[in-house]
Amino acid sequence: MMIQNQLLAIVLLPLLAALVVGLSGSLPRVWAHRLTVFAVAMSCILSVDVAIDQLTDQASPLNYNLYTWAQFGSFSMHVGFLIDDLTATMMAVVTFVSLMVHIYTVGYMKTDPDYQRFFSYISLFTFAMLTLVMSNNFMQLFFGWEAVGLVSYLLIGFWYKKPTAIFANLKAFLVNRVGDFGFLLGIAGVYFVFGTLDYAEVFEQVNNGYTDLLIPISDDIFWSATTFLCIGLFIGAMGKSAQVPLHVWLPDSMEGPTPISALIHAATMVTAGVFMVARMSPLFEQSEIALNFILIIGGTTALFMGFLGVIQNDIKRVIAYSTLSQLGYMVVALGASAYSVAIFHLVTHAFFKALLFLGAGSVIIAMHHEQDMRKMGNLKKYLPITYVTMLIGTLALIGTPLFSGFYSKDAIIESVQFSQLWASGYAYICVLIGVFFTALYSFRLFFMVFHTTERMDDETKSHLKEPSAVVWGPLIALAIPSLFIGYLLAPSMLSGEYFDGSIQVTEQHNSIAGIVEHYQHPFSLALGSVSHWPLWLAIAGVFTAYMVVVKKPELATKARKLLGPVNHILENNYYFDKIYINYISAGGVGLGHRFWKWIDVGIIDGIMVNGTAGLVASISAKVRHIQTGYLYHYVFVMVLGLLTLLGWLYWTALNH
Amino acid sequence: MLNNIPILSLLIWLPIIGAGIIVFGTGQKHKQATQWIALITAMITFILSLIALNEFDSSRYYLQFLEDKSWIDSLNIRYSLGVDGISLPLIVLTSLMTMIVIISSWNQVKLRVSHYLAAFLTMCGLMNGVFASTDAILFYVMWEAMLVPMFLIIGIWGGPNRIYATLKFFIYTFFGSVFLLIALIYLGIQAGSEASGANFNIFDMHSLVIDADTQKLLFFAFLIAFAIKVPMWPVHTWLPDAHVQAPTGGSVILAAIMLKMGTYGFLRFMLPIVPDASFEMANFMIVLSLVAVAYIGFVALAQTDMKKLIAYSSIAHMGFVTLGLFISFSLVANNHVEAAVMGIQGALIQMISHGFISGALFLCIGILYERVHSREIGDYGGVVNVMPKFAMYFMLFSMANAGLPGTSGFVGEFMVILASFQVSFWIAAIAGLTLILAAAYTLWMYKRVMFGDISNDKVSAMEDIDLREKIVLVSLALLVLLFGLWPAPLLDVMQPSVQHLIDCNLVSKLSAEGMCS
Amino acid sequence: MIGLSDYLLLSAILFSISVAGIIINRKNVITLLMCIELMLLAVNTNFIAFSHFLHDTTGQVFVFFILTVAAAEAAIGLAIIVVLFRNKATIDVEQLNQLKG
Repeated sequence: MMIQNQLLAIVLLPLLAALVVGLSGSLPRVWAHRLTVFAVAMSCILSVDVAIDQLTDQASPLNYNLYTWAQFGSFSMHVGFLIDDLTATMMAVVTFVSLMVHIYTVGYMKTDPDYQRFFSYISLFTFAMLTLVMSNNFMQLFFGWEAVGLVSYLLIGFWYKKPTAIFANLKAFLVNRVGDFGFLLGIAGVYFVFGTLDYAEVFEQVNNGYTDLLIPISDDIFWSATTFLCIGLFIGAMGKSAQVPLHVWLPDSMEGPTPISALIHAATMVTAGVFMVARMSPLFEQSEIALNFILIIGGTTALFMGFLGVIQNDIKRVIAYSTLSQLGYMVVALGASAYSVAIFHLVTHAFFKALLFLGAGSVIIAMHHEQDMRKMGNLKKYLPITYVTMLIGTLALIGTPLFSGFYSKDAIIESVQFSQLWASGYAYICVLIGVFFTALYSFRLFFMVFHTTERMDDETKSHLKEPSAVVWGPLIALAIPSLFIGYLLAPSMLSGEYFDGSIQVTEQHNSIAGIVEHYQHPFSLALGSVSHWPLWLAIAGVFTAYMVVVKKPELATKARKLLGPVNHILENNYYFDKIYINYISAGGVGLGHRFWKWIDVGIIDGIMVNGTAGLVASISAKVRHIQTGYLYHYVFVMVLGLLTLLGWLYWTALNH
Repeated sequence: MLNNIPILSLLIWLPIIGAGIIVFGTGQKHKQATQWIALITAMITFILSLIALNEFDSSRYYLQFLEDKSWIDSLNIRYSLGVDGISLPLIVLTSLMTMIVIISSWNQVKLRVSHYLAAFLTMCGLMNGVFASTDAILFYVMWEAMLVPMFLIIGIWGGPNRIYATLKFFIYTFFGSVFLLIALIYLGIQAGSEASGANFNIFDMHSLVIDADTQKLLFFAFLIAFAIKVPMWPVHTWLPDAHVQAPTGGSVILAAIMLKMGTYGFLRFMLPIVPDASFEMANFMIVLSLVAVAYIGFVALAQTDMKKLIAYSSIAHMGFVTLGLFISFSLVANNHVEAAVMGIQGALIQMISHGFISGALFLCIGILYERVHSREIGDYGGVVNVMPKFAMYFMLFSMANAGLPGTSGFVGEFMVILASFQVSFWIAAIAGLTLILAAAYTLWMYKRVMFGDISNDKVSAMEDIDLREKIVLVSLALLVLLFGLWPAPLLDVMQPSVQHLIDCNLVSKLSAEGMCS
Repeated sequence: MIGLSDYLLLSAILFSISVAGIIINRKNVITLLMCIELMLLAVNTNFIAFSHFLHDTTGQVFVFFILTVAAAEAAIGLAIIVVLFRNKATIDVEQLNQLKG
């Protein structure tokens, strides 16, 4: 009973804080952050407690329902919690990053007039994300799924006066809705096959051998329902985790304030898709087609979004594309059935990517909301703490041995190598080349911002200084796990013990078996990396970045000229935005307009409704001339009519 | 406690008496008194409906609070009332929305206030009468009488093109009703006997044995009457016009209650009386419903008039109701009874929830209109800067309209989509398009109206909502959230009646076999 | 001996004259009014004739009713004509075609 109250408190405290801060119009600013930070801190402490209990196996996994949402005969939908290793890990990560972002926001949003609203939103987000990860059924999962989308929508459009921001938030919501369309059909498919929406019951059926149903697409085409629902669920994940071709919203979401870029669009919400697939691992294991599909999408995202990171000049956009690419890595791991590795990368990525974003935010504050890297340079002199922490984050991101990103990323690359699926070859090449580009764009950013010459104007320069402790505090707090978390978690993660029970992999897909087999101590793993490709690719990337940014900047322009057409494609983001905006959304509105004008107004109203009225009117316009208005005409017709009637009666009487 | 109180009669006649008092008693001169009498009448009605809900025994399917008096003896037409789990929630919804409309029109309406309020009270009584009647002719009388106050509301207090709109509304719906009357008379004669004359009890009609050809004729008679009211594509064009021209209160009642009459008719008459014809035509009805969802969704995207946009969105959402009703046949035929229950319950929930959401959205647009006197999206922009509180509620209702989980708008759609997947993947897929389309048209409108910088002087002069408007919006917002987060209580009220409908009424009526008594 | 048929013939002639008067007369509304009165009288004649020959007084009672109504009608009709004249300054039937479609 205690643990249940504890779980309830974890979820409801942030909600309560969000409601109090959001609805009490005139709450002082101090109280806005005191309340929310307190709530999230409590939630974080309690979550870590739960996580420790779960991970050390002091407590058995917990699965219970809070209340019945709806009941139809034997089929019922509940609201409830499922707490196991996977959930507990996510809860701890979410609440910790959220807490850091809350604290950071105190400094970052100091001068914003809508201070309270912001805190209300991010607390609400914490609540939504927790309901998502703690859910024990698909209905609640979908609730959390859409709720985080809602808060993301609100936060991207936080500065609602900026036209770009309100464009970006609508775009983000709609693109996510396209994904959710697949997701909802996937959930409907789950109900179709299993007759329940409860995780435990679904997994039980899967493990006990269930009969896969067929979905008739046309009279002679049938799809396997399991494949269908897995792909449906994954399309949802593509929307939320911004996978090609539903990735377009994430770079634009950088219009939101930087703290939420760190919290929502890097560390937590965008990884919801990865979490979801890992949660559904028993289900995804049943469909190789779905896994191949995931590998292709993930590989494509990992590589091609990495390319885009190289040409960006906006500091946040570089990190955004880096996030896309890293999400691709996680998804590739999912496709290779290395779910635990994907979650491992999710965790490490949450720390170092949040760190990078918050570091970028720190730079942005110092630069007075200037985000163009071409106007920065040599900031190491002014922002020493940011400089060091950013360096740690960047090294973690590119997978420097011993840093957290190294273990998770190497494990992904290796597990793809071991995967037996036909798409794994493609994905392997993608993630391998991706390593080079990750290093390239990360250090390009790093060098452009912190080294090279000072390109900002004097006005800005005179104000440059390290922001306050609430800003750099979280940077340090995040830098520590960015350094060590990989090292600490690697033993249990890579030996496959970490998620025993909550993640299931079938024999023939067991790609991490290879990693487990020649598993070594984390330190010797780091030493061993010298003999592997990824490390050398990363070093090559750093070197290239050094060459084009610091040593010979003219190389960059040369390369740009040399790769003219390619550069053009990259600058247009592979034309995704153009196609979506000019053809799909404009086409949809145009179609609606035509439907309306031609069918509704034209045919139905014009011809059928008003046409009928018009026909009656035109007939009566002709017939009305019979009405002369002269009394004697009327009387004459009356008499005539009477005579006809009498005559007819007489006639029929005669004939009988 | 209620054994001796004719609570349904009170629910019908109390508002009508209240209307009489304010028209003939206080009249135009005492505006304050008029408004208070109207409000108190509506509140008492609403409280009575809550008492009825409280006293209602939701574990049983059959009719409760029965009343039966002779009315027109020579034709065996009786004044008989009763409610089950399907009609009672609708009565509560009607009483609630009437009260909300009266509060919301407090300062809005200047012209002939007493007549305006009286029209709404009368309509409230008549709509309660439609839901409570168990005699077909009484039902028909209420059904037709209800048009008159609405005709006046649009025609007198409406916009510039109100005459066209109100005539279109009246003729459209009246056209359909004629067929309904013919069908009801036929059924009344069939249900009666040579000795005792006709029998117009609706529930006796349910157990009639009717041959296939007659069923088909009756089906089309019902279809024309009810499809126009829902409205289903392609007989929906009266709705956007009526909504655009109607005053705020008229739009609210129209969207929240009147549209429900059509689907209520499907549920009360068409499905149980002509199940074989409905089964045969189910695919046709499903196609029409899907057209409503997808096609109308696109049409809504192209609208520039806020009220028209919400009107089209109403049609799309009502498509889910008809979809939920008509997929039940093939679900029952394939032994997915649970899914059939879910589909019909989803449809019912969607009816109630759409009442809240569309009503609230029209109120929101009314609040904007009151300040700027325009319904064009282009005349707004950046309203959130001057009306932050309003923006919050409007956002909530917009999201509910887009079917966000946690709001009541999600519940019905989710259930119907889950159930329809059991029938066919394609039905679920097309219905699921609403997820994208509803979000697109609602939020795009929201963006253009609310977000951005203040676009013109009129917008900058707008004032945030006052206490009265806040009460109205808060109460609806709470309901939207309550049923979104916990629809079970509402489902429990409906469940036995829906189960009974499926067990006893959706079976073949070609012979007396297999019918429940 | 004057028989029933003679009375009926008389009333038929009277009725025909009045119908002809209504149809043919295109000048004066008062003439029309008189024709209508004449029609009623024709009917009255029928009533009385039948009443007499069938030995049933009900017919005569009806005649009184009709006479009363006819009187009232004449009064109202004349009043209408007065108003009509006041408004249109004419009682010419040719001019009174406002019902023309």
